[in-house]
Amino acid sequence: MTSVTGVNFAPKGALRRLMDRKLAVFGMMLIAIVVAGAIFAPWIAPFAPDQQNFDGLTIEGAPMAPGGAYLMGTDLLGRDLFSRILYGARTSLLIGVVANGLALLIGTLVGLTAGYFRGWVGSVLMRFTDLMMAFPALLLAICLAAIFQPSLWIVALVIALVNWVQTARVIYTETTSLATRDFIAAERTLGASTGRILFKHILPHLVPTIIVWGTLGISTTVLLEATLSFLGVGVQPPTASWGNIIFENQTYFQSAPWLVFIPGAAIILLALAFNLVGDALRDVLDPTQRGRA
Amino acid sequence: MSAALPNAGAALAPEVLSVQGLTVSVRTGNGDRALVENLSFTLHRGETLAIAGESGSGKSITSLAIMGLLPPPAVRITAGSVRLGDTDLTKLPEAQMRSLRGARIAMIFQEPMTSLNPVLTIGAQLTEAIRAHSDATRSEARAQALAALQAVRLSQPEQRLKQYPHELSGGMRQRVMIAMALALRPEVLIADEPTTALDVTVQREVLDLLRDLQREFGTAIILITHDMGVVAEMADRVIVMKAGQVVEAATTRDIFVAPQMPYTQNLLAAVPRMGNGSRVSSDVPRDRSGETIARLRDVVVRFPLKGGILGRTTAHVHAVEHVSFDIRRGETFALVGESGCGKSTIAKAIVGLAPHQGRIEIAGQSFSDLDAAGQKALRRRVQIVFQDPMAALDPRMTVGALIAEPLVIHRLGSAAEQRARASELMQRVGLTDDQLNRYPHEFSGGQRQRICIARALALQPDLIIADESVSALDVSVQARVLELLQTLQREYGVAFLFISHDMAVVENISDRVAVMYLGQIVETGSRAQVFGNPQHAYTQRLIEAVPVPDPSHIRAASPRLAGDVPSPVHTLGQGPARLVMVDVGDGHLVARLYDGAEKHCLSSANFRRE
Repeated sequence: MTSVTGVNFAPKGALRRLMDRKLAVFGMMLIAIVVAGAIFAPWIAPFAPDQQNFDGLTIEGAPMAPGGAYLMGTDLLGRDLFSRILYGARTSLLIGVVANGLALLIGTLVGLTAGYFRGWVGSVLMRFTDLMMAFPALLLAICLAAIFQPSLWIVALVIALVNWVQTARVIYTETTSLATRDFIAAERTLGASTGRILFKHILPHLVPTIIVWGTLGISTTVLLEATLSFLGVGVQPPTASWGNIIFENQTYFQSAPWLVFIPGAAIILLALAFNLVGDALRDVLDPTQRGRA
Repeated sequence: MSAALPNAGAALAPEVLSVQGLTVSVRTGNGDRALVENLSFTLHRGETLAIAGESGSGKSITSLAIMGLLPPPAVRITAGSVRLGDTDLTKLPEAQMRSLRGARIAMIFQEPMTSLNPVLTIGAQLTEAIRAHSDATRSEARAQALAALQAVRLSQPEQRLKQYPHELSGGMRQRVMIAMALALRPEVLIADEPTTALDVTVQREVLDLLRDLQREFGTAIILITHDMGVVAEMADRVIVMKAGQVVEAATTRDIFVAPQMPYTQNLLAAVPRMGNGSRVSSDVPRDRSGETIARLRDVVVRFPLKGGILGRTTAHVHAVEHVSFDIRRGETFALVGESGCGKSTIAKAIVGLAPHQGRIEIAGQSFSDLDAAGQKALRRRVQIVFQDPMAALDPRMTVGALIAEPLVIHRLGSAAEQRARASELMQRVGLTDDQLNRYPHEFSGGQRQRICIARALALQPDLIIADESVSALDVSVQARVLELLQTLQREYGVAFLFISHDMAVVENISDRVAVMYLGQIVETGSRAQVFGNPQHAYTQRLIEAVPVPDPSHIRAASPRLAGDVPSPVHTLGQGPARLVMVDVGDGHLVARLYDGAEKHCLSSANFRRE
């Protein structure tokens, strides 16, 4: 029997080291809360997300401020904001995690391939990336969304297709410099296959970059989804998403600030949570950082 | 020669710099840790004091402390004084210190390219430095700058003022740095490894220049270096440092003739010396008719330079030109030459990392004849050990995984067998089993190079290419790694292609030597032939230029003016003159021009006086 996966000399317990970091645990708890809220929304939410409550508006017809029966207040149609945030988490998580993850995957693969092989493969891939970058992202998204029948998954796909370019650019640059390092030359002289070099020796060094772009991407993609919804090509109302709650209500920012603040805070907290976990993950996975706080 | 009369004149000269009880500490999690402890010395006008030591000895920290350039806030002077004339530099506010730097106390660094601003011309940088410290007008400053360049004997000083740093060679850049440092006639010049990044012939020129300028201006020099050869040639007095402590301080002659401390004795013993190469490895009888492991025939490597709007190839860098040699089983074949001579390119071509013309055979096979599987199999026969072990080891893998990596790639043995082999190799190169789970950054430079050697040995190759593999190591570490290589060679019968710029190291370990210049071999033969009876002028110049770690050694006068190294770039259709090797006896080959006429750059006569 031969071993091709590599001999495992790594000290065990990356997960335990992750759990040792308070901020990482805090981030994971935040993510867990959002995920739980999204999954159990039908049981937790006091109202249906699109239910327009008669007592949800003041006598003048204005939305109610947070407090009382409506924990986070109501919106212009008298819908309970707390319920909408819970259901909106489903959309936003999907966009922030799936669409963003897909964008990262495409960007990393394109950047890695172009950066390692250079030559005409690299030229073609990077010129295409530049083309995509030059194209206004929103216009592209609208075109794509118009072609396909709008649904949550299509929106996620569209966002991924728009958002991978920056990642590809950054990964490309890093890969080109990594590929010229001596330890990659050493691998080649040992006879390592291209796949092994790319995924076992170059990719791990890109993890910090991928994590940074991944966490940055969460808020960008969630807001892009909101823009698309606002333009009528994203998630269709009355389905809630954090982004479209902000967009629906941004004109009433002066009189009903909670309608913008609360979903805004939710997006920021989610991005922050992923950022904390991502940072910790990067340090835990980097052997040269071991033993430092 | 100043070293011949140590201290005799200097003792009478006035004192310029006095360091008393200097302690530099770094703030760490658990209190201060001293990097330099209780260092005291005085420096007289016109004197050269060498601070010698291996990496981590605190010699560079000392120079930064004197200049007031310690990286704030963690590293700072915690005790002692540095007096320049009547001023205590440690108590001087930064603004006054700044006006002093460059004017009264100047510094030159190891790497001149990073010390010069790449987007400003040499002239702009020189005049700026001059005007920062004097009221000189622009034209006066320019005149002074020109004079400074003339003083460091740069050819065409007028043109140099208009050039950018990248247009100059390494040696010329270091001359510019010296010109800049000495333009304001400082009392003290700190030279931190001024010639370490330079080729040996260029080093020779820069050292000569420094000595001449010192005599002319009476500058006191603090020379920071790890090279005992440079110490012997330049210094009047030496301070040997180790781990922040002064080990020994004495005149240069005393240090070399009668070192008192064991550390100094060991340090001096480890210094590779020219002329006693027979001392090592001669006890091993070698089979001279051994089978050929690697055969290079007419190998040519050219890199295209593209230009014009269509991106066509307009010129070639002729990195390697018609190189042929054989390496036999179990021998050490050394390839020696200065930077840019193509020696590393040959290494890359042999392991298949650089495209080449001509034929390279390893154990009778050539990469170009084989399919992917055959190439992979052939890779087992030849391995390479790079110069910088930190760069050659994937920092995210444990040492155990790194050593087992070749076995994993070639699917040799089960996981348990691979693990056992890794730990066996680890012990073989002098490391221990329990270090297998550590990462490369947890090891010292020498240990890392041992790990690279272990990895190269894992596949039991026939040939290991050592590309400047000991150049980045301290001499004492270097000596032990060389010893290890020789032991391993005896044990495994592996052949070495030893690539180096260091003549002394090459003389100590090689069986046969080839000297390269501008992509071609100019002389090749056994060690005794090449070092004992060098025939080509370039070989002679290389051997002459090596600093001798003996202060009583008297050097023959050598030509002084800095010439440009001829460029290996030629436009299409052009090329360097082809050399033919002439046998001058018993396999000792020396280059002659193809047509026999000695007129081109590679002819022997041109090296004599440039």
